[in-house]
Amino acid sequence: MEKTLGAKEFAEEVQAGSISALEHASKIVEEIEKKNPHYHHFNCFEKDFVLDQARALEKEIKKGRKGKLLGVPVSVKDCLCVKGLESRAGSKVLGGYRPVFDATAVAKAKAEGAIILGKSVQDEFGFGTFSVNVGAGEIPLNPIDTSRSCGGSSGGAAGFAALTEHTHIAMAESTGGSIAAPASFCGMASITPTYGLVSRYGLMDYANSLDKIGAIGKSVEDAWLLLSVMAGKDPMESTTIDSPPLVAQGVKGLRIGIPFELMESISDKKIKEACLAKISRAQEIGAKVIDVKLPLNTQYGLAAYYIIAMSEASTNLAKYCGMRYGLQKKLEGNFNEYFSAVRSEGFGEEAKRRILIGTFARMSGFRDAYYMRAMKVRSLLIKEFRKVFSKTDLLTFPAMPMAAPTFSQIEKLTPLQHYSADLCTVPANLCGLPHATVNAGLANGLPAGLMVCANHLDDARALSFAHALEALQ
Amino acid sequence: MPKVTVDRKLLLDVAANCRLNLTEAEIEKFLPQLEEVLRSFSKLDELDVSKEEPAFQPISIEDVLREDRAGKCLSQEEALSNTIHKKDGFFKGPRVV
Repeated sequence: MEKTLGAKEFAEEVQAGSISALEHASKIVEEIEKKNPHYHHFNCFEKDFVLDQARALEKEIKKGRKGKLLGVPVSVKDCLCVKGLESRAGSKVLGGYRPVFDATAVAKAKAEGAIILGKSVQDEFGFGTFSVNVGAGEIPLNPIDTSRSCGGSSGGAAGFAALTEHTHIAMAESTGGSIAAPASFCGMASITPTYGLVSRYGLMDYANSLDKIGAIGKSVEDAWLLLSVMAGKDPMESTTIDSPPLVAQGVKGLRIGIPFELMESISDKKIKEACLAKISRAQEIGAKVIDVKLPLNTQYGLAAYYIIAMSEASTNLAKYCGMRYGLQKKLEGNFNEYFSAVRSEGFGEEAKRRILIGTFARMSGFRDAYYMRAMKVRSLLIKEFRKVFSKTDLLTFPAMPMAAPTFSQIEKLTPLQHYSADLCTVPANLCGLPHATVNAGLANGLPAGLMVCANHLDDARALSFAHALEALQ
Repeated sequence: MPKVTVDRKLLLDVAANCRLNLTEAEIEKFLPQLEEVLRSFSKLDELDVSKEEPAFQPISIEDVLREDRAGKCLSQEEALSNTIHKKDGFFKGPRVV
């Protein structure tokens, strides 16, 4: 198969007139129409919605329109609002909701000439590591082996990035690992930025203090390009921060730390071997690999993360009650009865489980013991990272402790075992640290993802190193 | 963390609090699962956090204030465009009492 053109080069060719944005959009539309009924990567795809954008763009290009993403097809995770396109965050409770505005990240991509393809399938509100908790659409299949998970929660995003033969970047979102996990399982590259670097305006939140919008692509460069377009302070979102320039940095002389305790906690030897083999090549690009310690994050990250995430989710999801948008029923009974009826029908099993646990953790008598303690533990874990980053420039380790499991393996997991699969992704997400992932090769014939984690706002450093590693053949 | 026994009464109290009607099958399924998950959270008791401030955000966030002027917002028509429950330009909700 011919190598797919990178998004930067593609946009330049569109600008130069040597590639037609409309022709390319038509090809990718045809591909989705043909393959999506089998792979289920999109839960909302409307051919005319895509082609109308491409036609309008073609006219503008003839008048001199420019853009970093000119004509580049971008899929959007279902939890991000796209004006006029059904947006359900993977949940039945948002059935029929068509936003009247674009999320800031979507608006910025459009402003640079991106063509929005449709909504990619995800676990309901991001509640999952394997994209099996899908309430809107069907479970997405991994193109490498359709008996296996794409990873979650941005499963449709990574699955389609791996499947498509055409230039494309996926806009995704991570709360506890929802970008790194699917990118790893599907052999793709990704970036999850520093918390606050990309505006969450128009994102249907899972957990406010954890959600980050990032990108998945066939290459680090593609994911990087979309991040550079989305990043920056947004007057519509008070937690956004100014982005330092996301430009390439030299990697020679960088210290690359391997966290000892985290590596010890991973039982899959093949995954470790694949990742260590890739890391060992860091010296070829002038970096120095060192051992570091990260005991607290390894031991306590998961518990602190899940208490905070579920607590925040339980409050975020309180607004879904069948009145203003989404699933609605006949107005019967009092408000308690009506809201309960809609929510009980609209939320899936995992959403209910997380709402229950999160509500419990915030209830009078338990709040200090669970929620507040978890917040204080997060302070400790952030301090531990700060200490580590005084000794090393980057951290690197397997993005996932396993390769993509089969659906029959996932069915046997208890909720706690399911949550434990986030061992490697949770620390960086809990502490708001940027992390890129790159495919490290194969473990038992399946992709093994390698994570490159940096200190707050060192996104460009993580990307530069991941890019350099990726370039090593 | 207090040792919590997740019994039927506690589960139903929490469910009522978050406006969820649970079926018998859900109650049976959730009871042991919630107990197991909550037990795993008690791991955090091993840490001394008495001198720690809670990190409500992973990075420091500054207060953001703007001029108290009306900005662009949704029109009434746009705000109502996703509901079937509306009357005379307002949302129509279930009865309160």
